[in-house]
Amino acid sequence: MRPAPIVRAAMVAAVMLAASNAAFAQVPDASPQELRDAIDQLRRELDARLSALEARLAAVEGEPSPGAAPAPSAAAVPGAKVFNPDIAVIGNFLGAAGRNDVDPAPPLELREAEASLQAIVDPYARADFFLAFGGEGVEIEEGVLTLTALPAGLLGKVGRMKAAFGKVNTLHTHMLPWADRPLVIDNLVGGEEGIADAGLSVAKLLPNPWFFLEATGQVFRGDAGDGLFASSRRRDLLYVGHLRGYRDLSDSANVDLGVSFAQGHNPAGVVDDADVGRFETRLYGIDATVRWRPLARAIYRSFLGRSEIVWSRRGQFGGEQRAAGFYVSGDYQFARRWFAGVRAGRSARASDAARRDQEAAGTVTFWPSEFSQVRGEYRRIGWADAPASHEVLVQFLFAIGAHGAHPF
Amino acid sequence: MTFKTPFVALALALAALAAAPVRAQGTLKVMTTTEDLASIAREVGGALVAVDSMARGFQDPHYVEPKPSFILKLMKADLLVAVGRELEIGWLPPLVTQSRNAKIQAGGPGYLDASLQAQILEVPTGAITRAMGDVHPQGNPHYWLDPENGKRIAAAIAGKLSELRPNDRATFQAQLADFDARLDAGLKRWAAAMAPYQGTKIVTYHRSFPNFAERFGLEIVGYVEPRPGIPPTPQHTLDLINEMKRQGIKLILVEPYFDLKTPNAIARETGAQVLVMPPSVGGVEEAADYFKLFDYDVALVADAIRKSGAK
Repeated sequence: MRPAPIVRAAMVAAVMLAASNAAFAQVPDASPQELRDAIDQLRRELDARLSALEARLAAVEGEPSPGAAPAPSAAAVPGAKVFNPDIAVIGNFLGAAGRNDVDPAPPLELREAEASLQAIVDPYARADFFLAFGGEGVEIEEGVLTLTALPAGLLGKVGRMKAAFGKVNTLHTHMLPWADRPLVIDNLVGGEEGIADAGLSVAKLLPNPWFFLEATGQVFRGDAGDGLFASSRRRDLLYVGHLRGYRDLSDSANVDLGVSFAQGHNPAGVVDDADVGRFETRLYGIDATVRWRPLARAIYRSFLGRSEIVWSRRGQFGGEQRAAGFYVSGDYQFARRWFAGVRAGRSARASDAARRDQEAAGTVTFWPSEFSQVRGEYRRIGWADAPASHEVLVQFLFAIGAHGAHPF
Repeated sequence: MTFKTPFVALALALAALAAAPVRAQGTLKVMTTTEDLASIAREVGGALVAVDSMARGFQDPHYVEPKPSFILKLMKADLLVAVGRELEIGWLPPLVTQSRNAKIQAGGPGYLDASLQAQILEVPTGAITRAMGDVHPQGNPHYWLDPENGKRIAAAIAGKLSELRPNDRATFQAQLADFDARLDAGLKRWAAAMAPYQGTKIVTYHRSFPNFAERFGLEIVGYVEPRPGIPPTPQHTLDLINEMKRQGIKLILVEPYFDLKTPNAIARETGAQVLVMPPSVGGVEEAADYFKLFDYDVALVADAIRKSGAK
């Protein structure tokens, strides 16, 4: 690297000044010829000293700062592994005891092993794959390309993804504060599978001076939620819309509100593999979340209160079924690794709105570390058409691999 | 009412068009993950930048909630400065993904990992597993607690700001030189205050202070946490008490976001003193900027050692 011109000029000036003083001191009574010789000699010395100084300056500028650790370089990771995606596996082991005549879970079960593969694709996108290994084989839970560089404040997604309907539907199993899902999700929003399908999603922030407001529009193929939506023609698409408002109440507390809509075809009209009924299902939802976490004690205390209400309008032979359901839950963190929660809810069934089930549950969760959880849950369900079930569920969640983001 | 709507929409569109070029020539919007980086960015950027940070100084920077309100701030940012070394891995990536801001995506022109030139301690060697706790594979991320690293962070920020605004390079470099000079003067002052206490042995709660200890000659001999991110266990606490008694350790440094119950119990057993020491700007009111953070921490430690006669 060449020194900047100003540095070079300053060095020349300094060296000349020093040299000229020396010259005049050495030759007080010199002849013109002697002076010329002296000047020539000085010029040679000057050039030599300038070159030496430039070399030293270049050496100093080229040196790394003393003691600095080298930047983490690709060289530390052999070969092409540096571009491997972040890989993690999360195990969800569930044990169940007690009575449940309607929907009994096995006494011991590795309910799911979820493998995630996540990386940045290019300057315009990232990709996230979640593969679920369960009793029914391997399923692509999500495989989604997120377009991070769209204009006009848009966030695009393409692939198979969980639909933006309410809160629970968007969360992976291991992020839920319970070992199960609320009844209303099972009865009206597609249960454990939920509304997840191949489609396109566009979300736009609607800037305003008061709060965070995001509108999401999604179009899916139309098959989702274990009989909730089923497409029998190519144009039987599923449409989902979500509007989310969020506001900080203080540094420690915030409120998150959403309204959701979903419309698609259902399988109620299928007779002998022919969709003679051509029925549709429409879902409407409201979700509300209140969070409290005092910043200075954020790792010891927190509270999350949440509720979702869902209305279902399901077309079927014999007329439209109008069902509704809700849950309300609260989870309190009372020590660094301990949480306690309660949940209550009630829901009619989508295809038979006269039958209403209700539930009450309590949970205690212990986090040995950030990477594992042990949860105990007691759940009572009052079935519309069967004896009430009383169950104890025990869940172990454990994660290995890349450090994922904390749920919010 | 209805006839007004198109006019409102038109007015908004015009306002947006008018605002765009103004914003391009205005101050650079800098978002930082912590208040330490914000303070340094303000020093280097001066009047040419508007700086805001996400985590507060009294908050554990490993556990910050990725609130949507941060997305709104990130959306408008010209530059995002992160501590790096996986300190923010639990909360920053989803915020950046949702920011709708191509500039600040990792590797983008408006993204700066402030750790790349810094001196990083405790870089693990050999095999690492999570049995060691929440280890940071790229070394200890609390590197800003050494003023020499403060200079390196400042140089990195000045370089990035100069890339974004080449016409203001001279201003950024001048402000950097001024910051460095004041930090050098501060370092002389702080080193002098700590000089009598070189080699004092201390215990800290989390591994937040290795750079501070190395710079100012303290020796950390144990941690209240048995492993990084793992809360204290009775056996470890007992072992620590015995070790502190054996070595005559009289100081326990605790970050403001940790519970004082265990440190206080250890202090009662060992006669040591518990100091709540902010590792970040804003950790206490007095530590209002990067200089005052060291003023506060150095005075706190030096006073405590002097009074306790630990040295």
